[in-house]
Amino acid sequence: MGITSQLSALLKTDRGGRVFLAILFAVAVIMPVLHLVVPESSALHLSSYWMTLVGKYMAYAMLALAVDLVWGFCGILSLGHAAFFALGGYAMGMYLMRQIGPRGVYGDPVLPDFMVFLNWKELPWFWHGFDMFWLAMSMVLIVPALLALAFGWFAFRSRVTGVYLSIITQAMTYALMLAFFRNDMGFGGNNGFTDFKDLLGFDLHKRSVQTSLFVCTAVFLALSYVACRYVVTSRAGRVVAAVRDAESRTRFIGYRVENYKLWVFVFSAIIAGIAGALYVPQVGIINPSEFSPINSIEVVIWVAIGGRGTLYGAIAGAVLVNYAKTSFSTALPSAWLYFLGALFVLTTLFLPRGFIGLGQQWRERKVSAGRAVAAKA
Amino acid sequence: MNAHAQKFFNRLSGRSASANPPRPVVRRGPVVEGSHVEAGPDESHGVILYLEDITVSFDGFRALNALTLYVEAGELLCIIGPNGAGKTTMMDVITGKTRPDAGSAWFGQSIDLLSLHEPEIAQAGIGRKFQKPTVFEHHTVLENLELALADDKAVWYTLFARLTGAQRDRIDEVLQIIGLQDQAAVRAGVLSHGQKQWLEIGMLLMQSPRLLLVDEPVAGMTPQEVEKTAELLVSLAGEHSVVVVEHDMEFVRSIARRVIVLHQGSVLAEGSMDEVQANRKVVEVYLGPEQAQGE
Repeated sequence: MGITSQLSALLKTDRGGRVFLAILFAVAVIMPVLHLVVPESSALHLSSYWMTLVGKYMAYAMLALAVDLVWGFCGILSLGHAAFFALGGYAMGMYLMRQIGPRGVYGDPVLPDFMVFLNWKELPWFWHGFDMFWLAMSMVLIVPALLALAFGWFAFRSRVTGVYLSIITQAMTYALMLAFFRNDMGFGGNNGFTDFKDLLGFDLHKRSVQTSLFVCTAVFLALSYVACRYVVTSRAGRVVAAVRDAESRTRFIGYRVENYKLWVFVFSAIIAGIAGALYVPQVGIINPSEFSPINSIEVVIWVAIGGRGTLYGAIAGAVLVNYAKTSFSTALPSAWLYFLGALFVLTTLFLPRGFIGLGQQWRERKVSAGRAVAAKA
Repeated sequence: MNAHAQKFFNRLSGRSASANPPRPVVRRGPVVEGSHVEAGPDESHGVILYLEDITVSFDGFRALNALTLYVEAGELLCIIGPNGAGKTTMMDVITGKTRPDAGSAWFGQSIDLLSLHEPEIAQAGIGRKFQKPTVFEHHTVLENLELALADDKAVWYTLFARLTGAQRDRIDEVLQIIGLQDQAAVRAGVLSHGQKQWLEIGMLLMQSPRLLLVDEPVAGMTPQEVEKTAELLVSLAGEHSVVVVEHDMEFVRSIARRVIVLHQGSVLAEGSMDEVQANRKVVEVYLGPEQAQGE
C-alpha cells in the first residue's frame, strides 16, 4: 500500500483529524506569508510576537498529544510528562549553547558562559559531541526515551497503577527539577540556558529563520498526529484501549499488558521530547522551572478540557487554554490559576468528553429527549 | 459413590472400583511425549479432563473434599449444587487460579494442569467464562473478537497486523455461532446483557479451546435469551467439551445429557437430570431431610 492511500485510510474515519490538519495547514501557510511577504506597514502584517506565540502553542499541542496517547488511550495518568518535554528542550539547548562558540560574554571558544563563570576548566564528558547537530538531535529522542523506558520498566512490571503511578511521575519530575537547579550538575543551574545565537549556522534572530522553525513545528505536529493516529487505529492501539478499560481481562486473553504500556509510554515520551526541542529555540530559553510539577498537571488539564481520547481534542485544549492563559495573565495575572482550576472542575463535572465532545453530547441529549417524547406518546 | 460413577470409573481404568478412586495408569508412562502440550490435550481415551482426589481448604474449611470427576471429550456436562458446594472453587482449580492441597488434575492424557500457570492453561485450550460478562465495552463486537483471536500477541506484531482472510472467516464463523452477525460494528457497551454473554463466549471460541468452562450463563437473562443460550451451548458440544455450572434447574434440564451434583466439596450424585432429581440424597440436600421424608 502506498503512503498516500494509507494516509487517506487513516483519516477517512477521522473527521476531527481532517479538520485539524486542514487548519494546521492553513496556519502553516498563511501566517508565514502574512509575516514575511506582507509589508510591515500593512494592517495585515503579522508581528514576530504572534509567530513565536503560535509556534509555542504548537509545541504545547505536541506535548498534549503525547499525554492524550498515554492517558486518553492507555489510561496511564502521567503527571510528569513535562519532564520529557524539558529533557528534549535541554538536549536542544546544549546544542544551541555549543553553537554560540567564542561569541559568549567571556569569549571562551568551547566552554559556555556559565561554566566559565563557575571556574570550570574543561567541558564535562556529557557535553562532548553536542556541537554536532545529529548527535544532539538523537539525544532529543534518546534521553526522554531512556528515562521513560527505565521508569516504565520498573513501574509497569511491578503493576503500579492509578493514583500511585501518578504520584510517582510527579516525584520523578520534581526530582529532576531539583537536580537541574544545582549548579554542579553542569546544566546552568537555575538560569538554565539562554542567549542562543545560531541553529545550524542560521541566525535565530532572523525573521526567515524564525519562520522556518515555525513551519518545522507545524510539520512535526502534523507528523506526530498522523503517527499517533496510526498507533491508535492499529490492533496494538485497540489492545492499549482494552488495557485502559479492563486491564486484567486483557491480560487474561494473553496480552503482555506491561509491554504495551511500556511501549506507549516510551513512544509518548519521544513525542514530548521532540516538542521540547522545537519549543526551546522559539522561546529562546530553557531552565529547570520547565520540570516543575505544576507544568505536567497543566498539560493534563489541557487534555481534559479539550477532550481526552480523541487526539485532536488534546490539541484543541492545549491551544484554547494557552490562549486563555496569554490573554488572562496580561489582564488579571493573579486570577489565572483560580480560573484554570474552576475550568478543570467544571469540565470534569459537565463535559466529561471536553469541549470537543460538546457537539456529540448535545446530539445525544437531543436523541434521548426525542426517545423520551416518543415513549410518552 | 453411585452405580453410574462406578461404571464410569471401571470403563476408564479397565478394572473394578475399589474404595479409593482408581487412577487411569496409562497416561503417566514414558510413552507420553512432551510435544502434546503444544498440540493440545491428548483425548485418545475419550476423556478430556481428569480431576482426582482434589482437596482445597480455606482456613480449615474444606471447599473441595477429595473431589473426583471426569469430563468426556465432546460432552455437555452440567454441574449443579447448593451454594458453597465448591463449584466455583473447582473451576478455579482447573484454570490454575487456586492450587489444591492434594489431588491431581490432568487435561487429556498428558497435560498436568497443576504444573501450569493461568495463561499457560488458557493457551493449552481451556477457556473460562466468568459469571459477570466482561467484554471491552468501548470496542465493537468485531474488535472484541479480533482482540481475542489466537494470534501473535507481541507489541510489534500487533502494531502492523492486518486480519488475514482466514482470520476474517473465523471471526465471521464465530459471529454466526453466537448470533451477533448483524451487530458486528456495534459497540459492545450497548449490547443487551444476554448479547454480552454470547459475545464473551464468542471471545472464548476465538481461541479455539478444547474445553469450555461456563459459569452461570443464564443468570439475569430473559426467557428468549435463555432459550438462545441453550441452543448455543448445545451446538458447541461435540466440537468442544462444555462444562456448565448453573443454578437454573429448568435450563439445566433443557440442555444437559449428564448432570453432576456437588455437595460439600464432593460428588453427591450423577446421571441424567431425571435420575438426579429422583435421587433421595439430592432431594435431602436441596429441600432438607423433613420434606424428603414427607414425599
